[in-house]
Amino acid sequence: MAHPTAAVLEYHLVSYRRTWRSSALSSFILPLLTMLSFGVGVGAYVRGDVAGVPYLDFIVPGLIASTAMQVAIAESTFPVFGNFEWIKIYFSQVAAPLRIADILGGHLGFVLFRILTSTAAFLVTTALFGAVHSWWALAALPVAALLGLAVAAPTFGYAASVPSDNYLAMLFRFAVIPMSLFAGVFFPVESLPGVLRWLAYVSPLWHGVDLIRAATLGVAPAWSVAGHLAYLATWAVAGWLLATARFRRRLTI
Amino acid sequence: MIVARGLVKRFGSFTAVDGIDVEVRPGEAFGFLGPNGAGKSSTMRMIGCVSPPSGGTLRILGMDPRREGPAIRARLGVCPQLDNLDQELTVRENLTTYARFFGISRAVARARALELLEFVQLGERADSKVEPLSGGMKRRLTIARALVNEPDLVLLDEPTTGLDPQARHLVWERLFRLKQQGVTLVLTTHYMDEAEQLCDRLVVMDGGRIAAEGSPRALIERYSTREVVELRFQAESQEEYAGKLTGVAERIEVLPDRILLYVTDGDGALAEVHRRALAPASSLVRRSSLEDVFLHLTGRTLVD
Ligand SMILES: Nc1ncnc2c1ncn2[C@@H]1O[C@H](COP(=O)(O)OP(=O)(O)OP(=O)(O)O)[C@@H](O)[C@H]1O
Ligand SMILES: [Mg+2]
Repeated sequence: MAHPTAAVLEYHLVSYRRTWRSSALSSFILPLLTMLSFGVGVGAYVRGDVAGVPYLDFIVPGLIASTAMQVAIAESTFPVFGNFEWIKIYFSQVAAPLRIADILGGHLGFVLFRILTSTAAFLVTTALFGAVHSWWALAALPVAALLGLAVAAPTFGYAASVPSDNYLAMLFRFAVIPMSLFAGVFFPVESLPGVLRWLAYVSPLWHGVDLIRAATLGVAPAWSVAGHLAYLATWAVAGWLLATARFRRRLTI
Repeated sequence: MIVARGLVKRFGSFTAVDGIDVEVRPGEAFGFLGPNGAGKSSTMRMIGCVSPPSGGTLRILGMDPRREGPAIRARLGVCPQLDNLDQELTVRENLTTYARFFGISRAVARARALELLEFVQLGERADSKVEPLSGGMKRRLTIARALVNEPDLVLLDEPTTGLDPQARHLVWERLFRLKQQGVTLVLTTHYMDEAEQLCDRLVVMDGGRIAAEGSPRALIERYSTREVVELRFQAESQEEYAGKLTGVAERIEVLPDRILLYVTDGDGALAEVHRRALAPASSLVRRSSLEDVFLHLTGRTLVD
């Protein structure tokens, strides 16, 4: 007999079948556009190396990490909010013999699946264009998964708490966009002034960026690997606890 | 099947269910009848083990919902007040994916979905999306979904509210068949006829409390007379005629739009009304119903 969490994951996959084609296609579009724009366009203007490597090679791992984050956020804001407020699927699930952990775990499992497939598509595409320089690059996938969970789990908790979907748009404006811009995706955080640099260090994204960049370039990261992993795991675990409490409160009143 | 003693549900300082005692026996159809806000859904959600009681004791299928929720829910079928189907999935997928939550294999889930869709007469719509279905079809699908695990106990929160008469009769007929198969049904309704048709026993709920309990017939016998005469007078207020009717009936209820006379012999009472030259604009003699029981117990009508 399948585990109840697996049954919830299966439900989300069945639901995804409806849109997987367009979703898979768009997973390849961003890396392709990146290669075109940075390989041909921007690359011609950025003279010399960034942090000792060609700009394209610098930016690709950053974009892999930021893709993981973007997918994680996209899949855990409106879909989670909608499962409470619009299609109310969580309420039908809690009436079945599932625990809160199954409902949450199954949905997060699906988000993980989306993160992994999107980052894999990015990695494969950019590798084909020669922007990846080490077999260590394969380690980018588990790191992207962990980074995704570190972002998705607390976002589940947030989406389960907010009274309207306006708050979800705020999350994009005040967390996602700043992180994408300042957490080391496009330039090294060392070039930021003190306070901003510390904000980058606090963000989960930078830790993912540093690890994935080390992996695709085949060099050592700026921080200790264990430190990065522990930091991301802390976000993931704290997020899981928050989300569990929020889901329980919403679903079992 | 269900034993509740002094069951309480509070939301903050508001008490939605205020110490009710209920016992549901295997194989019976048990009803909660009551107006909006009576606490029916709150009670159903506690029985469905999704809402922890704030007080009292509750045992379902011999188990404790606080500790054995999943084990109890594995044997329940739940049709909530508001349909929460997945509108994007097909009719069939709604059943097969839900069946998986109960640990049912894919093959069995497919077979059962087919069977249940026939049962609720949705076989032809199996592969259409849920979204365009009519309200009655969605309701039947929700009921079918509540049956995928072959439950011992089915909870139906207002199974036919919002359906047209034809759709309601179809649902009643299916529920009646389930009952004949030995499934225990617990339903809430604010339709008298539904309660009378389906329930072996029911409780009348009002303001979180139980006002009366018994079979529909016993309740009518205890709280009402055999027949009722409804009179409508062409007047600003029915009130002014009430005084002129003293002695005609065992009990008189004056509603904004009509007067009800509770009597044993309806035709006799109506003759007496005419003899007093009161000339109502319209009159009707009917048998007592649960509506009258409710009116007697609470002083209010159930549906307007
Ligand atoms: N989650 C909640 N938080 C606060 N109050 C609630 C909550 N759920 C129900 N109530 C209140 O509890 C009371 C009983 O509600 P309930 O839904 O149980 O009534 P009901 O008998 O099912 O009514 P209806 O016929 O309208 O469905 C109502 O006054 C309602 O506003
Ligand atoms: Mg209700």
